[in-house]
Amino acid sequence: MKTTGKITGIIANLVIVETAGNVAQNEICYIKHGDQQLMSEVIKIMGTKAYIQVFESTRGLKVGTEVEFMGHMLEVTLGPGILSKNFDGLQNDLNKMKGIFLRRGEYTHPLEVDKEYNFKPTAKKDDKVQAGDWLGEVTENWIPHKIMVPFKFKGQFTIKSIVGKGKHKIEDTISVLVDDDGKEHKVNMIQKWPVKIPIKAYKNKPRPFKILETGIRVFDTLNPMAEGGTGFIPGPFGSGKTVLQHNLSKNAEADLVIIAACGERANEVVEIFTEFPELDDPRSGRKLMERTTIIANTSNMPVAAREASVYTAMTIAEYYRAMGLKVLLLADSTSRWAQALREMSNRMEELPGPDGYPMDLPAIISNFYSRAGYVFLNNGKSGSITFIGTVSPAGGNLKEPVTESTKKAARCFYALSQQRADSKRYPAIDSLESYSKYLEYPEIVEYLNENIDSKWTDNVLYAKDTLLRGKEAYEQINILGDDGVPIDYHLRHWKAELVDFVILQQDAFDKTDASTSYERQKYMLEKITETCKMDFEFDNFEEVGNYFKKVINQFKQMNYSEFDSDKFKKNEKELDKLIMEKKVE
Amino acid sequence: MERETKAFQRVYTKLFQLTKATVSLRATGIGNEELAIVDGRPAQVVKIIDDIVTLQVFQGTEGIATNAEVIFTGKAPTLKVGEDLTGRFFDAFGTPLEGGKDIMGDEVEIGAPSVNPVRRMQPSEFIATGIAGIDLNNSLVTGQKIPFFADPDQPFNQVMSMVALRAKADKIILAGMGLTNDDYLFFKNLFDNAGALDRIVGFINTTEDPPVERLLVPDMALSAAEYFAVEKNEKVLVLLTDMTLYSDALSIVSNRMDQIPSKDSMPGSLYSDLARLYEKAVQFPDGGSITIVAVTTLSGGDITHAIPDNTGYITEGQLFLRKDTDVGKVIVDPFRSLSRLKQLVIGKKTREDHPQVMNAAVRLYADADNAKTKLENGFDLTEYDERTLEFAKAYSEKLLAIDVNIEVDEMLETAYRLFSEYFSPEEVGLRQEYVDKYWKKN
Repeated sequence: MKTTGKITGIIANLVIVETAGNVAQNEICYIKHGDQQLMSEVIKIMGTKAYIQVFESTRGLKVGTEVEFMGHMLEVTLGPGILSKNFDGLQNDLNKMKGIFLRRGEYTHPLEVDKEYNFKPTAKKDDKVQAGDWLGEVTENWIPHKIMVPFKFKGQFTIKSIVGKGKHKIEDTISVLVDDDGKEHKVNMIQKWPVKIPIKAYKNKPRPFKILETGIRVFDTLNPMAEGGTGFIPGPFGSGKTVLQHNLSKNAEADLVIIAACGERANEVVEIFTEFPELDDPRSGRKLMERTTIIANTSNMPVAAREASVYTAMTIAEYYRAMGLKVLLLADSTSRWAQALREMSNRMEELPGPDGYPMDLPAIISNFYSRAGYVFLNNGKSGSITFIGTVSPAGGNLKEPVTESTKKAARCFYALSQQRADSKRYPAIDSLESYSKYLEYPEIVEYLNENIDSKWTDNVLYAKDTLLRGKEAYEQINILGDDGVPIDYHLRHWKAELVDFVILQQDAFDKTDASTSYERQKYMLEKITETCKMDFEFDNFEEVGNYFKKVINQFKQMNYSEFDSDKFKKNEKELDKLIMEKKVE
Repeated sequence: MERETKAFQRVYTKLFQLTKATVSLRATGIGNEELAIVDGRPAQVVKIIDDIVTLQVFQGTEGIATNAEVIFTGKAPTLKVGEDLTGRFFDAFGTPLEGGKDIMGDEVEIGAPSVNPVRRMQPSEFIATGIAGIDLNNSLVTGQKIPFFADPDQPFNQVMSMVALRAKADKIILAGMGLTNDDYLFFKNLFDNAGALDRIVGFINTTEDPPVERLLVPDMALSAAEYFAVEKNEKVLVLLTDMTLYSDALSIVSNRMDQIPSKDSMPGSLYSDLARLYEKAVQFPDGGSITIVAVTTLSGGDITHAIPDNTGYITEGQLFLRKDTDVGKVIVDPFRSLSRLKQLVIGKKTREDHPQVMNAAVRLYADADNAKTKLENGFDLTEYDERTLEFAKAYSEKLLAIDVNIEVDEMLETAYRLFSEYFSPEEVGLRQEYVDKYWKKN
């Protein structure tokens, strides 16, 4: 019997319900408003009164309206068919919704119930299995999708029967499992999981020890992201956060990408909807959309569902990680999620923390980031979720609560600089302000030196030093004037500009330059370090700038030509000639 | 506000709590956000606890007695939409300002649901305004939302109305929030004189009206816009001025509702409140579109204040006006202005070399800025510096100034003329094929 209740109060999207029975914290319930059912979540219980947040507009709701409690928390449906979908924050398939406008109380099945998948068993009768173990697989787009023992199953099970190779719908029983008490459990291809609980069907979670190649030089070369790592990108508006995230999703070396568009502009989501199905995936040769899932809660969609959207995205990521896949999860922007928490906390009249945010904001954020990670599954295979969130600091102030809390939780920090954005130096990440804590992990350093080059980490340090020295020199030039400093200062400044223009700046809209492999990054970094270590001779400061502009241009021509192509080699030859002109031994 | 009492409506006369902005009474069967009439004044349900209903009275509660008459209308605020909205001005409740006959048409609830993101089309149609500071450097696109960030002393309403009249929109819907009566008359006369009244609809809250009424104005305007864009497939341009005064009204309400303020005493929900409006900007698949041009007045140019800051995260760019003292004209600041959607049209819907010309001119203008700093710091200028300063003046006068009114092709030609007057092709750094094709040989 489901618990029911009646509305006794309405304050914006917070509704108070007098319940006739047991309810649980975070339980899902539906308000029966006319012929509409409005989905809501319990967020506080006081005696027989449940405080629920409604995921829809509460216009027209009346006291006395009936509410039905569902006996479970907010769940997502996990199974084949998630990829290429455009979901809302509650995992409704947006493409299935009718009409131009979103209608209140319209919910759709996230997957295709009638679609047949070619199932291939990988486990056999009498195998002992536990939650998360693979029973078989189907092909989703071109990615092998494992059908697993549901994560909710506790303890050991024995496979009593499993269907053979053949076509099945997602709700067909594909296996019968028997638990220790001899009870039988039917398993089909889908399962449900509450979004706020992490899926922990894995053996262990080591420290990240590998690099996730993103093809973006400010990440890979200077502050690399680890596979299974976490990072965040705070930046004022107009500093290029969104372009950067799109670029990451296009080029990062991940099996699949989950994008949570959380409280952001609808036209930006439309851009993903329009472009991704057309874009070629540089890694598989297929379309990018085939390995992408979008969870869209644009800023005008209901606020409570915005909070749910990031959890929905994370849970889907965890599901694919359990299949041994490399998942990249991007959330833009986590500040909007925090604001949704603030609005609710405010309505519940909780005592506020800094800037009106709930007191437990730091805990909520770090809990969420901790769900990412590299894991070894029970079968010895591995999977990972690399999570990068953006933060939109109010007024560009990095001392505000969301940025501060995120800084404690995420291991990489990519600082977008307004100054760089203004001078069109994209991606506008300030490499000196940014950091990757993974560079402090001995296992990561070892990985870099082994997999890229033994000189790699030294070269990276040298490039960073060059940038820093250049910055200092430039400050002096600005104070004392072009003539007021030795020519050497100009040389230092221009060497830093060389690193800036050739390594840091990258043209996201150029076919060749948009993504750079580690092999190419290694080659170019080596070349740049070599050049920066050279001595040059100039008569006056104007000569330095003019000469280096030419050098930078030549390097950029290399960046624009395909690696190791004839054009690339020709440009390099010209560059070498140019360098010899001014080089002194 | 018209009062009609129907048979089924219950009349209440016992108010037991009155604050500056709200009244509370016992009533049952009342819907959330329902409209009511309290002592002849429009009010809206903001809170229901058991049988206690709290109403926000838009005009304030001055003089309302505990035995005042309260009539519930049984519905949320609505607007009657139809072709005959055109050419007329309304108050915040959709009542014609200068009398005239009532609107015949469907009654729609304002603040309707949002568009399903997968049903939106990517904006792709260029809006020409004739102002080079906008068309050349920050091109607008249908379905875009963009505010002017301006100090109160700048002529933002003039520029905005110029944009509105020149843009080839089927309908222009003006939402005036806290307009001075003078400004209201300015808009009215301007539209009248331009012979544009047949494509104008206005929803006006002036400084004489109660500030809280403002909260309904943009919703009214956008509901009308949705009618024309969805039902008639028209290109609708919505002008929202001034969103800072709208936000101030939000903070008044949240303050009276005892909500905890966040940054700059604005409500914590400011981002969502503003996004709900701005996100009505959309390109529909059937050709209709809603484009929003807004005004956010700043205090002393401070864009870190909660209102411009939240706005910046929502809108697709922003336009800054600035007085250029070198040429004595108001210009569209090329550095701080940005149209995020311009990439969708420049060089595609306009001439191929548009992006390069735009970037080159702004870069040279930036060089002039550096030269100016050098000059101020007492350093010597190089010959190149001198030329950039000359260029900057001409560029400001011939292209950036808001009184420029030319076609995009002419803007590009003008840019080439200026380039060739002050620089060599190498210094401008355009792609060689464009230099061959368009460079002005002296």
